[in-house]
This record gives sequence, C-alpha cells and structure tokens, in this order.
Amino acid sequence: MTLTKAELADLLFDKVGLNKREAKDMVEAFFEEIRIALESGDCVKLSGFGNFQLRDKPQRPGRNPKTGEEIPITARRVVTFHASQKLKGMVEKHHADKQG
Amino acid sequence: MTKSELIARLAERLAERNSQLVYKDAELAVKTILDAMASNLSQGERIEIRGFGSFDLNYRPPRVGRNPKSGSSVSVPEKYVPHFKAGKELRERVDLSLELQTPVREST
Repeated sequence: MTLTKAELADLLFDKVGLNKREAKDMVEAFFEEIRIALESGDCVKLSGFGNFQLRDKPQRPGRNPKTGEEIPITARRVVTFHASQKLKGMVEKHHADKQG
Repeated sequence: MTKSELIARLAERLAERNSQLVYKDAELAVKTILDAMASNLSQGERIEIRGFGSFDLNYRPPRVGRNPKSGSSVSVPEKYVPHFKAGKELRERVDLSLELQTPVREST
C-alpha cells in the first residue's frame, strides 16, 4: 500500500468532514504552499514531522558514464528533508515492536 | 515557513475563494495530513505525492560503533530511517529559483 493524494483527500472527507471537492483542493493546496515556500528560498519546518531545507551545490566535474567524456555538472539547488526526532522515534518504535 | 504559517496561508486561500471553510478547518486538515503521513511512513508504508516527492524508509544495517568519549565499542542495532526524494516538479521549480538568484533563507 502506498499513501497518495487520493487517500489523503479521502481522510479529509472521512475525518474532517470536507466534501470531496474541498478535500481534493485542500490536499493540492497543502503541497503547493510547501512548493511555493521552497521555490521562494524559504525552508519549511513542520514540527513533529520534519524540515525541508534548501542546499546550493556548486558546479562540479562530471563524466558521461557511457562515453567517458568529461562534462561539468552545473550548479544546482536541491531540497533535503530531515525527519523530526518524533518521526524518527515513531519509525524506530514500530520496528522494535515488530521485532517483539 | 512554519506549520502555523502554512495553516494561515491555506486559510487565506479559503477566504479568497469564498469557501465555507475557515481557519479551524485548515488547521485540522494540516494536522490530519501530517499525522497520516507520519503514521503510514512509520509502519513502513511508502508515500508518493506526484509533483512533490516520495517518502520511504531506508535500512541501516547493524554496525559496531564507538563511544567517542571513552573509545569503547558499542553495537548499534539495525534500524530504518525516513528518506525523502523530491519529485520532478518540485526539483525543477526549486532549481529554477537558483537561476533567478533567490537567496536561501534559513528560517522565517
């Protein structure tokens, strides 16, 4: 099983009482607001879940693995996610419980 | 952007659209979404959000570590750690902001 936007919208319908349209829009807006913050250079801190941070990486030398030709890997900005202590704790607890 | 700022921005969207929903609904929606994501992920279920990214667990095998203070060796058991991979749309939009020379702000 994989959790997707459709399942999240169903949860908002079942648990929060939004109608189907509102639930779908809310899930879409939730991720869009995070994308907007990140693309405007703002990191996103969701307490209890984790932080999305931005890292600027300088250009570095690379290689085409097929031809061996040297081509530079251009400078880029990437998103990194750091799970909160709470989320890490939940993951470890579930694993420990399964081990018995 | 913090969780409460995210809720405020979602509430603003609702107001702009003359929605029946109010701040409280945005707040409960954010809590419900994050709770579901955390609980599914901690049970080893993958999360896949098209255009945003995916979350899953990475396995870390058991290893022998060292107590940096005493130098004595300690066995560190195997564990799973959350891992996020940005999706295509998020990756491209964020990378574009570098070309536009938007500075990175550490906190809000």
